[in-house]
Amino acid sequence: MTISTAPAPNAVPLTAGRESIADKTFAGVSAFSASLILLILAAVAAFLLTEAWPAITDTSGALAAKVEWLNPEKGETLVSTIGYLVFGTILISTLALLIATPLSIGIALFISHYAPRRLAAGLGYLIDLLAAIPSVVYGLWGSIVLLPVLKPFYTWLGTYLGWFPLFAPDSVTGEVSATGRVALSAAIVLAIMIIPIITAISREVFLQTPKLHEEAALAMGATRWEMIRMAVLPFGRSGIIGATMLGLGRALGETMAVYMIISGGLTYSFGVIQSGKHNTIAAYIATQFPEANSSGVSALIAMGLALFIITLVVNMLARWIVSRRSEFSGVN
Amino acid sequence: MNIALRTGAVASAAALTLLLAACTPSNEDTKTPSSAAPAMTSEAPAAPSLSGDLAGAGASSQESAMEAWKAGIQATNPDLNISYDPVGSGGGRTQFLDGGVAWAGSDSVLSDEEYVTAVTRCGADGAINLPVYISPIAVIFNIDGIDSISLDAATIAGIFDGKITKWNDAAIAGQNAGVALPDLAITIVHRGDESGTTKNFTDYLNKASNGAWPYDASGDWANALGESGQGTSGLVQIVTDTQGAIGYADFSKAGALGKVSIKVGEAFVAPSAEGAATALATAAPAGKNGDNDLAFKIDRTSTEAGAYPLLLLSYAIVCQKYDDAAVAANVTGFLSYVASAEGQAAAAAAAGSAPLPADLSAKVEAILATIAAN
Repeated sequence: MTISTAPAPNAVPLTAGRESIADKTFAGVSAFSASLILLILAAVAAFLLTEAWPAITDTSGALAAKVEWLNPEKGETLVSTIGYLVFGTILISTLALLIATPLSIGIALFISHYAPRRLAAGLGYLIDLLAAIPSVVYGLWGSIVLLPVLKPFYTWLGTYLGWFPLFAPDSVTGEVSATGRVALSAAIVLAIMIIPIITAISREVFLQTPKLHEEAALAMGATRWEMIRMAVLPFGRSGIIGATMLGLGRALGETMAVYMIISGGLTYSFGVIQSGKHNTIAAYIATQFPEANSSGVSALIAMGLALFIITLVVNMLARWIVSRRSEFSGVN
Repeated sequence: MNIALRTGAVASAAALTLLLAACTPSNEDTKTPSSAAPAMTSEAPAAPSLSGDLAGAGASSQESAMEAWKAGIQATNPDLNISYDPVGSGGGRTQFLDGGVAWAGSDSVLSDEEYVTAVTRCGADGAINLPVYISPIAVIFNIDGIDSISLDAATIAGIFDGKITKWNDAAIAGQNAGVALPDLAITIVHRGDESGTTKNFTDYLNKASNGAWPYDASGDWANALGESGQGTSGLVQIVTDTQGAIGYADFSKAGALGKVSIKVGEAFVAPSAEGAATALATAAPAGKNGDNDLAFKIDRTSTEAGAYPLLLLSYAIVCQKYDDAAVAANVTGFLSYVASAEGQAAAAAAAGSAPLPADLSAKVEAILATIAAN
């Protein structure tokens, strides 16, 4: 590795003169593109901060007077509203991840190690196709097709598993949602939306497992499942985590599907099959933006800032986990 | 691994280039028409008909009607370029009073302070409210085999506040003798977004229910119960899909769903355009700026026969005098069309509003004829 990258001290370039111009141009273009990313990120952060500033720094209550959906008489402030929304966002995204990750790893392993080659290729394309469906279509499909299917299931969950906090029926009415427009439905649709992302990356990682490792495991008498457990999964662990975090990033910011499926509400409830209990930041912004006055827009952008920070933290965490894991994944 | 990383880097660089390439043309696309539009209008020769730019802002309740009105007036005045920013009633009034727009659309009339500010904006004669848009609000429900039930405001308030949870509750059955009400849970459906429909509906509940609705009128739904739909269509869809659901929507969007007849006096009145017009005809004038100020205070507790007081009334707020003759001509020309039978019919077709009563329509047109430049 070091031999190929470090040129010998007195080496003559393979081609003279003009190649160095091309080299410099390409280096310049890539450096420009890379710095552009930083610039865009900084511009977005600056926009969010400046626009949200009036709402964040408001302490006099003038904001609540101008924004109809903040109700100080019910003890709601901008911060407490953001708190509810952050809770809802994280709850729904986590549920989506819990549903999507095992499924995605299963699909990825099937494609990389179990399926006959032809089927694997076809299946791979189909999964990628899922990623190409616009989220508004997922939202429509979810609200019109999926919800009626889920409704009886939720009633069943509420009746027989109601003792489990997640599936508890509403404490006031004693019933689960009559429409199925609840956090769990949103999480299920989000899970379907992030499956292609997690699957595609996991599959690529699994396919890169060194053939020698796999064959060594098989040669020692391992079954296929043992081979996957001993060779493929340890090799792909950091890849799976990275894929999951990318999926989480998508789930956190997804707006349209959640907006169309959930009956929003602001509580810290874990009852994911009760309606009017949860909402996500992105869906809430989409809901309130059309009628918002300038103070309202400022408050909504403050929510956007909160989402921006959460997403940033999630991604940095993912990077950190991936870099930490890769040191002892047995690859290097 | 190293190779994999490098391919990844190249791939992401390629993706970035694509992204940049994709960004540039879309930016140019959006710029071109906006920069070209003013140029076109300023170059257009001054025709005897209306021409130039006319900007308004305000209530989003008028938005779909506004599209029809724009199309209608531009059919005869192709050089008139109207823009309407649906920022909401409060935002529209603020922009109007700041002089940013020539007129404001608003679901509520000018407040006392705003009348004062309007004198600075418009001159000594100040600003006036002119009704241009009426929409009855229907309380809609979905129960198989039942098209219509009768409820008084207190019962409706009880349902929407979670006090009445079954369709065969004695409070409902008592007002609907002969209707076979099922033993079905009531699912409340309200708007998820802030809306003028919600504000008028809760205003009705607040005023007409004798205290059964404990909240103030508000565009944002007051309690934490039930399901929420985004926009009128979202709400109607949930009610359509859910047995036992009850909600509220502009009458025109209610479709074939069951509709509640509300109690007015001793009778029950089904929602209709005529009922809303009757309620408006009996509404008390509330104008504070002379005879030209056609503000109304809808009497939600009206007992007038045939009146349907659950309605949304939206105004155009204009100056009595404009500084600029061209602006005055454009505002009066456009709003005269809006208030005319033709304009009201266009709005009824596009947005499903109830047409203004003919005498009110004529009155608005007569007032607009008196508005001129200084």
